[in-house]
Amino acid sequence: MGYVAIKGGGRAIRGAEQALEALRTAEGEGGQPLALATIEQQLRLLTSRIVSEGGLYHPRLAALAIKQMQGDTLEAAFALRAYRSTKPRLLETPVQDTGRMRLIRRISSAFKDIPGGQMLGPTFDYALRLMRLDLAEESPQAFRGVARRFLAGAPDAELPDSFPKVVDALRAEGLLPPLAIHPEPAFDITREPLVFPVPRSAALATMARAETGSLLAIAYSNMRGYGDVHPTVAELRVGYLPVMLPHPVTGEPVEAGEVLLTECEIIAMYEGHGADGPPVFTLGYGACFGHNEVKAISMAILDRALQKGMRDGPNNPSEDPEFVLLHVDGVDSMGFASHYKMPHYVTFQSDMDRLRTTQDKAKARKKAEVEA
Amino acid sequence: MNPGYELPLEEAGYSFGFLDEYAKREVRRAILKAISIPGYQTPYASREMPMGRGFGTGGLQLTLALVGPEDRLKVIDQGADDSVNAVNLRHFVEMTCPGMDTTEHTRAATLIQSRHRIPEVPLRENQILVLQVPYPDALVVVESSEARRKTMHGEGDYARLLTRLYEDIVRFDEITIAHRYPTRIAGHYVIDPSPIPRYDLPKLHRAAALTLLGAGREKKIYAVPPYTDAEPLAFDDVPFRIEDFRDAAGRRCACARCGASDSFLDELIGDDGAKSWQCSDSDYCNEQLAVRNPQEAVHI
Repeated sequence: MGYVAIKGGGRAIRGAEQALEALRTAEGEGGQPLALATIEQQLRLLTSRIVSEGGLYHPRLAALAIKQMQGDTLEAAFALRAYRSTKPRLLETPVQDTGRMRLIRRISSAFKDIPGGQMLGPTFDYALRLMRLDLAEESPQAFRGVARRFLAGAPDAELPDSFPKVVDALRAEGLLPPLAIHPEPAFDITREPLVFPVPRSAALATMARAETGSLLAIAYSNMRGYGDVHPTVAELRVGYLPVMLPHPVTGEPVEAGEVLLTECEIIAMYEGHGADGPPVFTLGYGACFGHNEVKAISMAILDRALQKGMRDGPNNPSEDPEFVLLHVDGVDSMGFASHYKMPHYVTFQSDMDRLRTTQDKAKARKKAEVEA
Repeated sequence: MNPGYELPLEEAGYSFGFLDEYAKREVRRAILKAISIPGYQTPYASREMPMGRGFGTGGLQLTLALVGPEDRLKVIDQGADDSVNAVNLRHFVEMTCPGMDTTEHTRAATLIQSRHRIPEVPLRENQILVLQVPYPDALVVVESSEARRKTMHGEGDYARLLTRLYEDIVRFDEITIAHRYPTRIAGHYVIDPSPIPRYDLPKLHRAAALTLLGAGREKKIYAVPPYTDAEPLAFDDVPFRIEDFRDAAGRRCACARCGASDSFLDELIGDDGAKSWQCSDSDYCNEQLAVRNPQEAVHI
């Protein structure tokens, strides 16, 4: 009998690494290693999800994480986050203007006609989810031809680079409250812990890098009736946002690069402001790195629900900042679920001690009752 | 997505202690605050580490913020140096802190990171014990909202926790909390001492060494400073009790390997179903073996 089952931990860990590598390469002789560019382009929505949940905009590193973690989204986002931990914060990003986004898609479900027009862009929304068996054995020639033909048929670029925002029109009409000015800097969740109550910017930052499924589940509970946001999508836009940073010497804003972003603004039913003025619609805001529409919509709904909860007190889980914000992080929740696989011999020994003692006491009591 | 994002190949190496210097400084500040307010859960930002949340990332951040090239580090899990998680954590610290020594000997270590155990050998003033914490708040069993728990701690309001213990006695004639036993520090804050067995709690009371507790996922650091009271919650007529290692005949079980009858034991079930006991603290077991059977001792 071995001393304890956990002996030889080092050897076991090395063995596990080798087994993982063996499975990754199990295709064998005919196998092609995945190129990072292939992951980044052909699995672009997966890459989007990882940059978003990883909280670091680096599509190439995200592709590497996807390859290394063999497609596990939680693990891949986790690897990106851990990489981020080694980097200092060099500066605080000033407020960025998403009106300047170079759009690939923007829609509004509030108005048929919006300034600049609806632009469906790349979406599966109206695609029939039928299996495309022609993709199963796709020839490289056919593959390369698709993008070439698409670009050849594109009209001359008369489209503007950016489009006005739908909510600006609503604000101008007085249907939405005027834009509040927040002089205080945004809460940085990577440098400060959440101590409740937290400002809205902390909630938004937490949701922006939340795990998509977790955010969706809680937002869905609100949509179904554990809450009453009843959203209308004022605008959902996907595109490239020029990131403006202060020049290190002059301090003038300069474009440092651009990031793919999904942004969603939802309008919810109006609230009377009483003494503050006439009733107006309320707004929920969602935005995240990459092309992640369901996540941005879920976030916008939860932003609205949380604002209500912060003001009136929560009536549902989705309106409770602690409940939402402490349970949507993928790195936290998957880590804790996984940790139960680790040895718990000592605590279980302790548990058995308690159970045996209470069992003995119960037996003794029973015996005493019978004798009496 | 955007082309032009190159891989940071030139950055393949990591800085000493993995975390950037700002992060280490933040952890150290939180440590100082935690020591100044014994038992208070100091919030800190808590970085993601390259191992799972729940695998000791809070303890690891404490260790990485404290360790220097002159340190000797011991890492244990379930009392053992070679359990998978201890091996993994030690390997990571060795990799990111070149020059630092590791040891399996409790007495030789300057810094000990542990999960679920406090070593059997009493620690000294020049040693620091780092405990990994899954649930930093003893009140979580009676109150789920962190904001409300914070108020309760501030007011020293542990009535619901004591009621919970009382209800246990009513239902089971015994307090059923096995580990993570609520412990009052320096007469005020009640802490969750991490999932150490009740057996280890008396070692915290007025210990010579500093004990730091780190919860990475929950983003809290707290401390039991040296020579500080650490009193498990109990009642005047129902005293606190540690695990009972007596057999049916009332004899204290002993370790089948080293013969010690004064250590926390792991219960082992053999292939034939027979039960035996062995020390959970592997270094203590080796030490006792060396004392009792010098010729059989394992020389490390």
